[in-house]
Amino acid sequence: MEAFLHQLLSGLATGGIYAGLALALVMIYQSTHHINFAQGEMAMFSTYLAWTMVDAGLPYWVAFAGTVVLSFVLGVIIERVVVRPVEHAPVLSVVIVFIALLVILNSVAGWIYSYTIKTFPSPFDWEALRNPYLSPHEIGTVAVTTLVLLALYAFFRFTSLGLAMRAAAQNPVSSRLAGIRVGWMLALGWGLAAAIGAIAGMMIAPLVYLDPNMMSGIMLYAFAGALLGGIDNPIGAVVGGFVVGVVENLAGAYVVGTELKLTVALVLIIGVLLFKPSGLFGRRYVTRV
Amino acid sequence: MTALLEVKALHAGYGPVDVLHGVEFAVREGGITTVLGANGAGKTTLLRAVCGLIRRKGHVRFGGEPIETRVTEEIVRLGLAHVPDGRGTFTMLTTEENLRVGAITRRDRKAVQQDMDRMFGYFPRLAERHAQQAGTLSGGEQQMLAIARALMLRPRLLVLDEPSFGLAPLVVKDIFAIMRRVNEQEKVSILLVEQNASLALGLADTAYLLETGRVVLSGSAAQVRDDPTVRKIYLGY
Repeated sequence: MEAFLHQLLSGLATGGIYAGLALALVMIYQSTHHINFAQGEMAMFSTYLAWTMVDAGLPYWVAFAGTVVLSFVLGVIIERVVVRPVEHAPVLSVVIVFIALLVILNSVAGWIYSYTIKTFPSPFDWEALRNPYLSPHEIGTVAVTTLVLLALYAFFRFTSLGLAMRAAAQNPVSSRLAGIRVGWMLALGWGLAAAIGAIAGMMIAPLVYLDPNMMSGIMLYAFAGALLGGIDNPIGAVVGGFVVGVVENLAGAYVVGTELKLTVALVLIIGVLLFKPSGLFGRRYVTRV
Repeated sequence: MTALLEVKALHAGYGPVDVLHGVEFAVREGGITTVLGANGAGKTTLLRAVCGLIRRKGHVRFGGEPIETRVTEEIVRLGLAHVPDGRGTFTMLTTEENLRVGAITRRDRKAVQQDMDRMFGYFPRLAERHAQQAGTLSGGEQQMLAIARALMLRPRLLVLDEPSFGLAPLVVKDIFAIMRRVNEQEKVSILLVEQNASLALGLADTAYLLETGRVVLSGSAAQVRDDPTVRKIYLGY
């Protein structure tokens, strides 16, 4: 029973990371109807930035905050410079741009930092957190992801900038007619997605170690989570991320073994696409036409 | 009387095709101007061109300032609120959030709240449905919401594209009564595009008749109403 509880809780801990990344995917999908395939590599690159700062002797939380801010700015720049020019291009062109971004970030990271695996520190090495069920880092991860999700919820629900971003994602023309600078809202969305990805990367890196390909598996789980919850539903994506984390962990421990864990994500993706393309929690919106 | 909106030699269209061929019209400060015309005359295109939603060329002055080179977001911030055809509802936001979006460029929070209450006074139906997802509102309610959303900007000019479209006659009557009230009490000038010519001429003081992208007749609403062609084709008597 204790072992089961341990698997369940640590599934929730990694699920939180998938939830964050799934949310980042959904945010960009909602406003542009494109899946940002480079989301994972953006997160990986951010994590390397954090590593550089820690390596240079900065305290962890300073590096953490610096990375989040820097990633936000880089996200905005990527939208302005790389994504904006293909705004009206056919879907395939956009997909190619995203894949190019993925490959470029991956190679540049490898070129700057080499492909050797590095360790990444956890800030949650506190004695007080020791217990039989979860490692201190897992507890810290749960706390950080919960805080991030709550902050995002509050931002979108209660601030007028959050409202403007939701409006711009839904109806760009009406938003412009209300005076909203829709282009900047999209750029902000990319900035936020990049910042969320950075946090997810910094939280997962102590577990999977730091290397340019660290996010490939993680992103598959995040995709699965986003699809499971409904790719156009932020709350669904978060729930989906947690569910995938738990299912992955339990299946790995009791059903398929750790080697086949990644298959679980792929089976989930295919299953959702075949049987419930709108996702489990895909809210049904009533619209008049 | 000075003109709040002044349009001269306006050409506009979609892609390579011009829909408007040198349109000229004006809305006076505090007045109500209507643009009439059949389907495809270019009425909606005209409004879109004024707001910078489509490619246009010519002279457009709003409050004395040239706006023909400005982008939509900036034109709106000058105090021009456009209720687009199809109502432009944010279907997944609540009624209240829709109104907040209308006031999103304003910083005077208290006044925004007061304006919201005022809108709920104008349109009690919206107050009843303030927390409801706007996509589930009826057509009439969504038109009320669209007008209320535009008024939340505290505009100097309210631009309306076919507010009577697809609505029950009683609802249309309500909406037109509120437009008159907004014009008289809040001194908001109105530019109204309508297919229902008799309704529009009843409200407006100035009228223009648009045919295939050109103004073919203009004058006071009374003059236009008495024009034999308008009577025969648009008013039906």
